Amino acid sequence: MTIIDRDISRRGVIAGLGGMAFCIAVGNDGVRLMSQARANALANAAINPWVRIAADGTITILSAGAEMGQGSMTSLPLIVAEEMDADWSKVAIEWTPADAKVYGYKDPFGTENLMWIVGSRAVQLYFTQLRIAGAQVRKVLIANAAQKWGVDAATLKTEPSVVVNPANGARLSYGEIAAFGTIPPTLPAVDPKELRERKDFRLIGKSVPRRDTPSKVNGTAQYAIDVKLPGMVYASTLHSPVHNAHPGIWDAGKQDPSAIAPESWNDAEVRAMRGVIAVVKLANGLAVVADHFENAKAGRDALKVTWRKAKAEGFNSDRALEDYVKVHADPNAQAVKLEQKGDVAAAFAAAAKTYHAEFRSDYGYHAQMEPLNAVVRINDAGGKVEVWEGSQAPDETRKAVAKALGLPPEQVDFHQCYMGGGFGRRSLGDYAAECALIAKEVRRPVKLIWTREEDIAQGMFRPQSFQCLEAATDASGKVTGWKHCVVGDGEFLLITGIKIPYYGVPNQAIERRGVSHGIKLKHWRAVGHVFNTFAIESFVDQMAVDQGMDPIEFRFERMGATPKARKVFETLAQMSDYKAKRPEGRAIGISITERSGSLGAGAVEISLDRASGKIRVHKVWVAVDGGVIVQPGAAQANVESGILYGLSSVLHERITISDGAVQQSNFHDYNLMRMSDLPEELNVKFVDVDTRPTGLGEIGNPFIAGAISNAFYRLTGKRLRHLPFTPERVLETLKA
Amino acid sequence: MVSFTLNKRQVSVDADPSTPLLWAIRDHVGLTGTKYGCGAGLCGACTIHIDGTAQRSCQIDVGSVAGKTVVTIEGLSPSSSHPLQKAWVVEEVPQCGYCQSGQIMKAAELLAKNPKPSRAEIITHMDGNICRCGTYHRIIAAIERAAREA
Repeated sequence: MTIIDRDISRRGVIAGLGGMAFCIAVGNDGVRLMSQARANALANAAINPWVRIAADGTITILSAGAEMGQGSMTSLPLIVAEEMDADWSKVAIEWTPADAKVYGYKDPFGTENLMWIVGSRAVQLYFTQLRIAGAQVRKVLIANAAQKWGVDAATLKTEPSVVVNPANGARLSYGEIAAFGTIPPTLPAVDPKELRERKDFRLIGKSVPRRDTPSKVNGTAQYAIDVKLPGMVYASTLHSPVHNAHPGIWDAGKQDPSAIAPESWNDAEVRAMRGVIAVVKLANGLAVVADHFENAKAGRDALKVTWRKAKAEGFNSDRALEDYVKVHADPNAQAVKLEQKGDVAAAFAAAAKTYHAEFRSDYGYHAQMEPLNAVVRINDAGGKVEVWEGSQAPDETRKAVAKALGLPPEQVDFHQCYMGGGFGRRSLGDYAAECALIAKEVRRPVKLIWTREEDIAQGMFRPQSFQCLEAATDASGKVTGWKHCVVGDGEFLLITGIKIPYYGVPNQAIERRGVSHGIKLKHWRAVGHVFNTFAIESFVDQMAVDQGMDPIEFRFERMGATPKARKVFETLAQMSDYKAKRPEGRAIGISITERSGSLGAGAVEISLDRASGKIRVHKVWVAVDGGVIVQPGAAQANVESGILYGLSSVLHERITISDGAVQQSNFHDYNLMRMSDLPEELNVKFVDVDTRPTGLGEIGNPFIAGAISNAFYRLTGKRLRHLPFTPERVLETLKA
Repeated sequence: MVSFTLNKRQVSVDADPSTPLLWAIRDHVGLTGTKYGCGAGLCGACTIHIDGTAQRSCQIDVGSVAGKTVVTIEGLSPSSSHPLQKAWVVEEVPQCGYCQSGQIMKAAELLAKNPKPSRAEIITHMDGNICRCGTYHRIIAAIERAAREA
């Protein structure tokens, strides 16, 4: 059992450290180290040392890499350690506090600092800053040794955790230096040219195991759901089953609580139940608080509530999809232009041939294995709040909790925990804010756990979509004009992956037509890429078939594939022996996808049970250009995970909504891929390049739908046009 | 009050006998390696052993294990020394890790009954345990390694 009861001031931590502690400053160009003296001199310095070196040689490096299975908790400190030339076996990893001003990266799409570990961008965004920080620490250590020995620092070298004088063989370990060393008020500058060359890396690109693995085979890894505080009580919530979301990403701040607040409920009956302490009214639901979770849940299950009208009342997801077709056909419908290149009208007017295709996709649920939960403790005076949560965006949780309680964020301390899956769902802090309101009401530490049923009913989904694509080709068969319109809810969630920078089509018009249903929507492992890439790559395949061309050659010759795209396709063709004849009853299909700077070409080999409509995927290959690979083992696991996440969603997963409420309730009707669906082979290959690392957690996912549908066409002569490809849909397609 | 043997220790839990064993183990006793995933016997994250048989603890009333022997991930071996745990580390199976206690307990039941399972036997035995991160191929590799090296 873990009982957490700590209240340590950060200043106290710094003062009591001993050794050398390198703190963090944020400049215009990102994360920088500063000395402890300077950190302490700052007013209200809520600063933890990013790097600490103790006299015994232990090096503690903080990690901003929220860990949901992707491995960046290990990768980020590893990058620092590489440039520090630290002995990895002496490196301990701790979480950074949730202060984005200090530990965040600069938002690539804005001006603020963020700690969002989303879009598989952790390594990508922190890479250069952390290398520079590590190099600065190394320079300080060398300078201290040089001073001690009375030699020129430029003559000294390092080995892992040791400064060496090659002239006389003298050695000082980093721990020995920490015992006497000082940190200058201004840290030495590091020019990016001084960073290590790839050939000299000792840690980056090598086989370094993840640090979280041992705790994940014996039950000791700490998830928020495992946190136990003295005097803690448990809460289980029931929310309005009908969603009430505003357009775009769900935001509690935008929601009008009066619209869906519970109107009346069997309060006295539930309060009288075993162990029940309170029934707390929330903006959009009720929380039953009890001495144990099973009692809170029993109370929650017994609630009978009359709800006020919510925005999504009457909404039906199947019907809405058909309405999207009308929105697309309506010349007066509002459209947001996403890409306008060349003269599309002229390309279509001059076309030798035009093509047209339509695709649909359903809502998808994250289904992270750990249901959403948080623990909150508020001190008696109400001015100090602690939150335990597994979060992809600790700074967002801190802000959300502070806002809910009407406190400044500085009064909220965030304790990061492992996440039992994130996939884009765990970056809002909405359930932590809810837990804080409950804790405030009952004046006790509270653990809030959403039941799986609640987790699905209150899901924030990958939006459903309707898509229409049109293309114009010239007399030589080259694609000269390209139109793509996506219709649906979810604003920017709908458009990721809709552009085609890996192709060289000269005239393009890409647009989004928005509707708003009140259904909660959210980032979801590559979100829009899933359905946009499906539509794009199925459409390209359709044209290749029509022109009687090999689909890879068509992409090279007629779509103007870029050199980077050619490279991944060539690698894919080689590793999959793409042109080889497949066994009887099997076919191969290919697709390309980009995500978070990475580019991947993938292929699947499938067979089909024509009686049941069940598609079986036997082999998968993917060739990825992800820049320099920091942790090859974790990188491969990430891509494999993306592949299986993609297979699961494409073959099984479907959320439907009737009268505004989600119809699925648990894993019996929201089907996830199981071991028996596992392909016999998963083959992942990284293209060898020297460029900066790019995101890998979502590159294995978006190509799956197109690759399967293209293989399906080769097998049956029919096209699958509606995600997911459930057996019922496959049978309908075969009959059509 | 319900008494049973948990990881070689005698425990007594002051809970209603209808309380799911999962919550008795996690909250009343305080062993949190056994996880809540679905609460409906559909995912396997809460898998434990009762008298040597793998069971979903969310579907078992604590009252029904009175006098029985329950083993959780914490009691599987001293210091992660079970061949499966060692193989799980070598094959770098866990990603988010949340389902892995249940996976290992389910696999331990298999190896106890069938020390050299075929790939097909592994898949049939493990098919009820969901891993959302998609570590299934590594789970198979780890079970095969443990069977080989045990």
